Amino acid sequence: MSFHPHMEYAPARFHKSERVLADDGETFAYTPERQQAFDEVVTRYPADRRKSAVLFALYLVQQQQGYVSGASMRFVASQIGCSTADVEDVATYYTMFYRHPVGTYVLNVCRTLSCALLGAERVVEQISAALGIKPGETDPSGMFTLIEVECLGACDRAPVVMVNDDWHERLAPEQVPAFLDGLRTRGAAALTGCHLHVEEK
Amino acid sequence: MAYEPVLTRYVREPNSFTLEHYLQHQRGYEGLRTALGRAPGDIIEQVKASGLRGRGGAGFPTGLKWQFVLKDTPKPKYICCNADESEPGTFKDHVLMERNPHLLIEGCAIACYAIGAKVAYIYIRGEFYHVQQVLEAEIAKAYAAGYLGKNIFGSGFDCDVFVHRGAGAYEAGEETALIESLEGKRAQPRLKPPFPAVAGLYQCPTAVNNVETLCNVPPIVLNGAEWFAALGPEKNGGPKLYCVSGHVKRPGVYEATMHTTLRELIYDERFAGGMLDERPLKAIIPGGSSVPLLLPDELDTPASFDHVQKAGSLLGSAGMIVLNDTVCMVWLAQNLLHFYRHESCGKCTPCREGGDWLYKLLQRVESGEGREKDIDLLYGVASNITGKTLCAFGDAAATPVLTTIARFRAEFEAHVREGRCTIPAEWRARQPMLAGHH
Ligand SMILES: Cc1cc2nc3c(=O)[nH]c(=O)nc-3n(C[C@H](O)[C@H](O)[C@H](O)COP(=O)(O)O)c2cc1C
Ligand code: FES
Repeated sequence: MSFHPHMEYAPARFHKSERVLADDGETFAYTPERQQAFDEVVTRYPADRRKSAVLFALYLVQQQQGYVSGASMRFVASQIGCSTADVEDVATYYTMFYRHPVGTYVLNVCRTLSCALLGAERVVEQISAALGIKPGETDPSGMFTLIEVECLGACDRAPVVMVNDDWHERLAPEQVPAFLDGLRTRGAAALTGCHLHVEEK
Repeated sequence: MAYEPVLTRYVREPNSFTLEHYLQHQRGYEGLRTALGRAPGDIIEQVKASGLRGRGGAGFPTGLKWQFVLKDTPKPKYICCNADESEPGTFKDHVLMERNPHLLIEGCAIACYAIGAKVAYIYIRGEFYHVQQVLEAEIAKAYAAGYLGKNIFGSGFDCDVFVHRGAGAYEAGEETALIESLEGKRAQPRLKPPFPAVAGLYQCPTAVNNVETLCNVPPIVLNGAEWFAALGPEKNGGPKLYCVSGHVKRPGVYEATMHTTLRELIYDERFAGGMLDERPLKAIIPGGSSVPLLLPDELDTPASFDHVQKAGSLLGSAGMIVLNDTVCMVWLAQNLLHFYRHESCGKCTPCREGGDWLYKLLQRVESGEGREKDIDLLYGVASNITGKTLCAFGDAAATPVLTTIARFRAEFEAHVREGRCTIPAEWRARQPMLAGHH
């Protein structure tokens, strides 16, 4: 059967998908170094199991352009040899992939119990107030994105914030303004890093 | 006699993570050398005799798990090391991998030899990128020194260890979901049976073991099964790492035997050193957020799998979250249900829909809008999740609700009666709607 262009079928009678498509973005291809990294890592899995490398492939995309776009998912599918839907299925499930551009520093504040007991909710409030954004948003300068995340596996150093791939630990709510200023002026060097090496030495 | 840590003795020394340090101070890779001189079946028997139980949460005997791995098959076999460490309150594998990575690498190699695998994948959570970098650099050194790769110690045994980075999903810690994720799919659990021992990674026989579990293997091979078993109460032998967090003076990872009581872990100077600001203890979650609460009168329970279970909870991942008198139990349940609602993989309806429902009900009660019947409704919804999902996530998600109502029902009733949170704490959000409402 065919649909006549003037037939009013779509809005009323058919379920409208709520699927949110990723920004399509620019045409995508890895830089030569990233291509090499992908080609190397894919050999860690059996030859007929290239799909195992899909998370790694998506991380490479995110390193290169900051988020995972529609075009990059098609590119990853061609690299892996699977369908774009397979890649999209994965990219939309895991929380560490961003499907829209994010700020220079993504502030992933742990909000789970041990961190909350030591003030994580207030850390989120302070950051929100200082930047004028709610969790999930990016500030107008494009420097910070605030995200609430679940337990980061460092509850003894609560409250914990993961900033991109780096960590900042024991961030008291009162320290938030200094913490943000530090990032603005000194970048990742202002972060405490993971305390394990130094604590109680 | 004071207990001498086995797994974490050196972790605070600056170079504890290096190969040189490991070789010099921990008889590094001697366990692997010894194991390769014996039959794989012997290693399994020794681990069985030691009574080593999985440190990932379920406490299942490791030797048995290895024995179940299908032997008569042309298919390759795999070790998957579970380094997803996402159970709230748990941070022990973090320390082991970052500060003593060769112990894990050696454990992986011995495990591979025991079950007849040639490859181990260490599935590490995406947030542990700094840990992964240490681990990968040290794996490269192990290869260069001939402890991994082809024909290790001239024995003819080949072994590869690869690190596989996850990307933010608590459910990826469940063993079949971990396998799915390793295969490049969503981290959702599989219907069991078949168990991974028969059809795991790539449908091949697989053993999934926690980081701490595998770290116990080299010391067992070196010191013997009797030594290991004698370290703790019966059936609860060996060294154990405890993660103490929350309202204590010195939160951290502490190694002890399973004779150690909860009271010691919280109050003793060797461990967490007492309650923060000397406030009274209200309750303790002894094994990660998925297990029932224990009350102060249960503090003399030894922190072993069996004793904690007898006391009505579970040792789980040994993530002990200590709560003082400022903690509102409705708030606590809401905080944890926010976690479970967010992390549910969505595969089973009771967990996906029930978790969301529980969260909304808790939010209503916590904000003072709750009705009397909401308390029974909470209990009813939670009871209808347990036992009705493919993996243990559903039970885990229902537990915070069931346990807080069972132990602190009066607090729920007070919220409903007074139309507000009756135990507001200054460390909580000033505007409850901002945090956790989106
Ligand atoms: C929802 C869920 C999350 C889990 N997360 C972890 C985890 O992060 N790390 C872990 O080692 N085990 C985790 N487990 C337990 C694993 O399924 C599995 O029992 C364990 O890795 C087996 O290793 P073990 O025998 O050495 O303990 C989880 C289980 C469930 C149901
Ligand atoms: S609760 Fe924040 S790191 Fe575990």
